[in-house]
Amino acid sequence: MADEIKKAPAAVKVTIDNITVEVPAGTTILNAARQIGGDVTPPAMCYYSKLEGSGGKCRTCLVEVAAGSAADPRPMPKLVASCRTTVMDGMVVKNITSDRVQDARAGVVEFLLLNHPLDCPVCDQAGECHLQDLGYEHGKEGTRYEFNRRTFEKEDIGPTIQLHMNRCILCYRCTYVADQLTDNRVHGVLDRGDHAQISTYISKAIDNNFSGNMIDVCPVGALTDKTFRFKNRVWFTKPVDAHRDCPDCCGKVTLWQRGDEVLRVTARKDEWGEVKSYDGKPGWICNTCRFEKKKASDWTIEGPTVINRHSVISQGHYLNKQQPKETIQEVMGGLKPRLLMDIHEVSEVNKLELSELPGAATSQQYKTNSNESSNKTV
Amino acid sequence: MGRKLLLEKAHVENIRSYDVYRKEGGYRSVEKALKTLSPDQVTEEVKKSGLRGRGGAGFPTGMKWSFLAKPEGVPRYLVVNADESEPGTFKDRYLMEFIPHLLIEGMIVSSYALGSNNSYIYIRGEYAWITHILEQAIEEARQNGWLGKNILGTGFDCDIFVQRGAGAYICGEETALLESLEGKRGNPRIKPPFPAVKGLWGCPTVVNNVETIAALVPIINEGGEEYAKIGIGKSTGTKLISACGNINKPGVYEIDMTISVEEFIYSDEYCGGIPKGRKLKACIPGGSSVPILPANLLLKTAKGETRMMTYESLADGGFATGSMMGSGGFIVMDDSQCVVRHTYTLARFYRHESCGQCSPCREGTGWMEKILWNIETGKGKMSDIDLLWDIQRKIEGNTICPLGDAAAWPVAAAIRHFRDEFEWHVTNPQEAQQRNYGLAHYADALAVPVA
Repeated sequence: MADEIKKAPAAVKVTIDNITVEVPAGTTILNAARQIGGDVTPPAMCYYSKLEGSGGKCRTCLVEVAAGSAADPRPMPKLVASCRTTVMDGMVVKNITSDRVQDARAGVVEFLLLNHPLDCPVCDQAGECHLQDLGYEHGKEGTRYEFNRRTFEKEDIGPTIQLHMNRCILCYRCTYVADQLTDNRVHGVLDRGDHAQISTYISKAIDNNFSGNMIDVCPVGALTDKTFRFKNRVWFTKPVDAHRDCPDCCGKVTLWQRGDEVLRVTARKDEWGEVKSYDGKPGWICNTCRFEKKKASDWTIEGPTVINRHSVISQGHYLNKQQPKETIQEVMGGLKPRLLMDIHEVSEVNKLELSELPGAATSQQYKTNSNESSNKTV
Repeated sequence: MGRKLLLEKAHVENIRSYDVYRKEGGYRSVEKALKTLSPDQVTEEVKKSGLRGRGGAGFPTGMKWSFLAKPEGVPRYLVVNADESEPGTFKDRYLMEFIPHLLIEGMIVSSYALGSNNSYIYIRGEYAWITHILEQAIEEARQNGWLGKNILGTGFDCDIFVQRGAGAYICGEETALLESLEGKRGNPRIKPPFPAVKGLWGCPTVVNNVETIAALVPIINEGGEEYAKIGIGKSTGTKLISACGNINKPGVYEIDMTISVEEFIYSDEYCGGIPKGRKLKACIPGGSSVPILPANLLLKTAKGETRMMTYESLADGGFATGSMMGSGGFIVMDDSQCVVRHTYTLARFYRHESCGQCSPCREGTGWMEKILWNIETGKGKMSDIDLLWDIQRKIEGNTICPLGDAAAWPVAAAIRHFRDEFEWHVTNPQEAQQRNYGLAHYADALAVPVA
């Protein structure tokens, strides 16, 4: 077997959805598709290129292999997990051009959402959740599931991470992080089947300087940052790239700010939602950087993070916002609308004209009781 | 009377002990193989015998062995899959419990052929007492020079270890078995790489069923060609069938794969017919995972031919009108049985045993169970039947290991052949709680297409 690999050409050609690309031998179909990019790339919920051994579990990246290789052009009988299948020279892969794949993927999305609580309105991951994206792209509007969803108790695993097992899709990524980044894994999958759960078994704290990376790799809101919990919606925060000299990690992070406040620190993500690599090494960050350096002065700011313009996060503009014109008075012949309650009398919030603020609104601007201090900041 | 190769001596008194087994001609095959044959010649004999894996898939054993990678300086392993957890299958239990030395003997020969110096028996946790029987047999074999260093002075070293599982059905899947054997959680691995290249501890490994390995003994003793003369076509040799359900004589039978299904069920030599004068309604011919067949399709194929107890004949017609030999767990159901209830029981089993690694199986098995429970208890809707069909279709083939398929096939076959009964449960929820659907038309002769 080893001899065969040696004999294989260094670069192989693979055709995915009628687009041919040349990749090094040993590349997986998914990574070849990522080189092409765009719609051709299968979604991946459990595969994480920086975690060895990950993938193959969620089955969202299933593709059809219409021809195995140039030498053996027989099609593969079953759909294969593109994240764990290596390309062969002359392989022909069908992803979005295959009805079988689309059908199977819709099935997988339905299965993944079957027991998912769909509590996006209160979930910290909403806005940057891979399951949300997957649901929008491949899901159906309604569910055919008529039974109670399985539920688990929320669990605190350490002072900084909270586990919402209800939301978990059992991608196993966090176990790989614990195996490969920390010296000892203290959590894992208990039980099996649809009652399997991620747990530390006796609610033991996960105490390791790199444990926070579990939050970054979690594709859903199952593992969330307790220091950011319910602080803000991600689309209201402004991501900026920053760095500091950290003795433990690369120190390259994204700060999620509102005004000058740093609400959250995460590792920098690439276009596939994975941690970026620097000099071939994944840019994992340590817990000190993530949870303790929450002042802008701790960091050297590099500039705004590039966010995909389709992402809801990039919708958080404050300047030059177009306010809809008030037309009631015009059409009512000059009459003002009769209000049951003027919101400005109750809430301080609406006294601020957000579009006139130079940056994002922060808690500083809401702290005042009087008009003058809010005017000061304007 | 068919030939018996494996169970011929099973009823000799004290055959479990080494002395009696040896007196009855035991360990002849080890002498023959180690002294007169090279490892490759043993493999060649197995290829000639046409022996097919007895664990369920029916893959030719000789071919499987020849796929084993043999890199220099890397140990190779033989692992015997004794994690017999398929509902309806209990043939390996019988074999190991009554003639444990047959398995040990087969393992020494196979280890010699494959070059495995440390071979393992992975036995299901529930077979606790059999573990002791096997360990005693291994100890006796070791004391008599059949195991250990330099066996029979040929320079071949071999040792056998028994490892108990912890009662998980999934650990009968070969890669999950290897994970469990390594001391990890029994999750199936993603293939490729196959165990023949990267198996136990990352080394080339062959995983075989107990019965397959035991069949090595008659193959070596009589020669592969002689063995291949038994049976029909590609179904060579003898097969152990564990028959259960509504029959007069449940038990383990050795058949030589030349008899018909009808003969197997009704002859006094085998199952002895159905008790209390009831009628045959359905049968699962190969363990719970394989498709269920109604009586009319069980006894005759869709082409009108008599269905035989062979790999080919049982699979005739594909999944549309056929089934599989599987692991030989022959479950017979008479007209007092409810197919919906039965399908629910199986769905519950697969839901409980799904490892939870990949999403279609983890979520789909539980969903199917809940819908089937609704139908069974009179809360089902007509659309649920189509929904079930859609769920099983989306599980099948999309999972990491065959457990997903095994969970989908029984549901698919039950709906395919017994849709009337499902619909009756939906339309008559009250009546369905009080009586069973009965035989209905499931034994009626089918119209045979004129060729």
